[in-house]
Amino acid sequence: MNTPDGSPITDHRSPSYSTFGYPTNLLGPGQTYESVNQTIAEIPLSRPPMSWRFGFFVAFLLLMMFLVAITWLFAKGVGVWGVNIPVAWGFAIVNFVWWVGIAHAGTFISAILLLLFQHWRTAINRFTEAMTLFAVACAGLMPLLHLGRPWVFYWLFPYPDTMGVWPQFRSPLVWDVFAVGTYFTISLLFWYLGLVPDLATVRDRAKKLWQKKIYGFFALGWRNSASHWQRHQIAYLLLAGLATPLVLSVHSVVSFDFSVAIVPGWHSTIFPPYFVAGAIYSGFAMSLNIIIPVRKVYHLEHLITERYLNNMANIMLATGMIVAYGYFIEAFMAWYSGDIFERYMMMNRAFGPYGWVFWTLMVFNVLVPQALWSARIRRNTVSLFIVALFINIGMWIERFVIVITSLNRDFTPSAWHMFSPTKWDWMTLFGSVGLFLTLQFLFIRLVPMISISETRELIAEPEKATIK
Amino acid sequence: MSQPYGLLAEFSNHEDLLRAAKEAYAAGFRKMDAFAPFPVEGLPEALGKKTRLPLLVLIGGIIGGVGAYYMEWYANAVSYVINIGGRPIHSWPAFIPITFELTVLGAGLTAFFFSLGLSGLPRPHHPLFNVPEFERASQDRFFLCIETRDSKFNSDQTRAFLKSLNPLSVAEVPE
Repeated sequence: MNTPDGSPITDHRSPSYSTFGYPTNLLGPGQTYESVNQTIAEIPLSRPPMSWRFGFFVAFLLLMMFLVAITWLFAKGVGVWGVNIPVAWGFAIVNFVWWVGIAHAGTFISAILLLLFQHWRTAINRFTEAMTLFAVACAGLMPLLHLGRPWVFYWLFPYPDTMGVWPQFRSPLVWDVFAVGTYFTISLLFWYLGLVPDLATVRDRAKKLWQKKIYGFFALGWRNSASHWQRHQIAYLLLAGLATPLVLSVHSVVSFDFSVAIVPGWHSTIFPPYFVAGAIYSGFAMSLNIIIPVRKVYHLEHLITERYLNNMANIMLATGMIVAYGYFIEAFMAWYSGDIFERYMMMNRAFGPYGWVFWTLMVFNVLVPQALWSARIRRNTVSLFIVALFINIGMWIERFVIVITSLNRDFTPSAWHMFSPTKWDWMTLFGSVGLFLTLQFLFIRLVPMISISETRELIAEPEKATIK
Repeated sequence: MSQPYGLLAEFSNHEDLLRAAKEAYAAGFRKMDAFAPFPVEGLPEALGKKTRLPLLVLIGGIIGGVGAYYMEWYANAVSYVINIGGRPIHSWPAFIPITFELTVLGAGLTAFFFSLGLSGLPRPHHPLFNVPEFERASQDRFFLCIETRDSKFNSDQTRAFLKSLNPLSVAEVPE
């Protein structure tokens, strides 16, 4: 069933739904190799639409605000933030955990779904891998900014220094350095390795010499040879296998930062699994918040079909239930432990001065996502976008609740103190969003944002693109 | 005038290419390669391509893991010992997270650099890029190239053989 020039036709209708109302197709009707190449590879080669320019402008303004916030911080020290004793970990750590969490969906989609032969990763893996990189970059900045003397951050690395001192390898904070560093490196390699064949496609389609040269440089001379593909596929699969335990380990290590300490509200064995589920939850929410507008602006509905969005919504619903279970178990264990500090922490969290934050969290992260049970809401991009936005904010609030309410009232009432963020705290938070969005806009503009070679594979083997 | 690099046959889909590759291998050609815009299942095997990448990745992972554990043990139990409340100096469970992370890092770096390095990349220039149609190897066409350095290569006979595989075209790849 081939057209005269040899490209197979996908003949399934779109959208079509399975018995349970799930969309079944990964590709819109009538896609050919050439239509896919054209749609995806032309975006980096042509001028950006107005909405891109406007979005980039706003993101860049936020990035400049970040620059101001950081400059002021470096000039004055961490005292410009609202942190003090006992809340010595403020927004920086909240932002750190939030950004690392967002990163996780990228690796989940690109690695775990690859190992499970889930073809619905095809059109979204490049996006979410890029999102992983940029989110980890934002996350990695936060602890550095929080250092009293950020210029000696390299003391965290094991190098034979003149002081004869080594890092304390038993400390979760040092584990963090290695966990996040490895995570960033592996994510970058994984992303770039997947990108090389697509850069070759852009190189071969480019009309202008300078475009050919730039994309040719980054395509490394890729020739699509069978032996290249063989090593590429093995390396890609192995990197996926290696990144899979990373997804689980990185956020587990992040949760150790808390759970290894004896602070009530932190010292809990539920933390690693609950953090990982929350990470995937927020990551999928952020992916949807990015993918839905991009899909609309660049008219990618026939490549990122309803089935992708529906599956992502389902994952959010599932991980959201795990997170809700985590909230419940935290409260239950606080009561069941019989420990007065744990019990008081839980009472304080729900009914203390930050109680309204806790209940906002319950609404945003537990109540609102229940809307995803409805297929109509999952299929409507606007309502899905709104639910995802709630989850994103909710997950940030969750980290605020964990960090701030646990710290502000610990063992000794005389040491209790409220935390209130300053404008520099807020500027750092929104500024880091600016950094993330700026990088995301540049990514959309400069490289093929959907894996072209994997989409071509779906066209060559249409049975992979649809479920019965 | 030097010898050309080889002969390049163009096909319209991956099934034809896979069939052609199997026939060429059966006909005794070994120094050849196939080109497709996506990884075609079974194609490297049909051409008799093998790779030792998985073994190298295993070795890279082991070096990363052993190196990490050695580093932690040397730093915290030999070179700079801090006795905290008489707890064990060689507290191995606390050394596991970093050992794990660096195992993954070692294996990942090996997988990335050797997958490209063993393929001879980066290499911006290659005789195949001299064939204008070859641009479509990254888009929608499938190619089989038999190189002149193959012991069975003979300009006329090999061309006739490639023609017998029903390609869209056969082109000579200049050196």
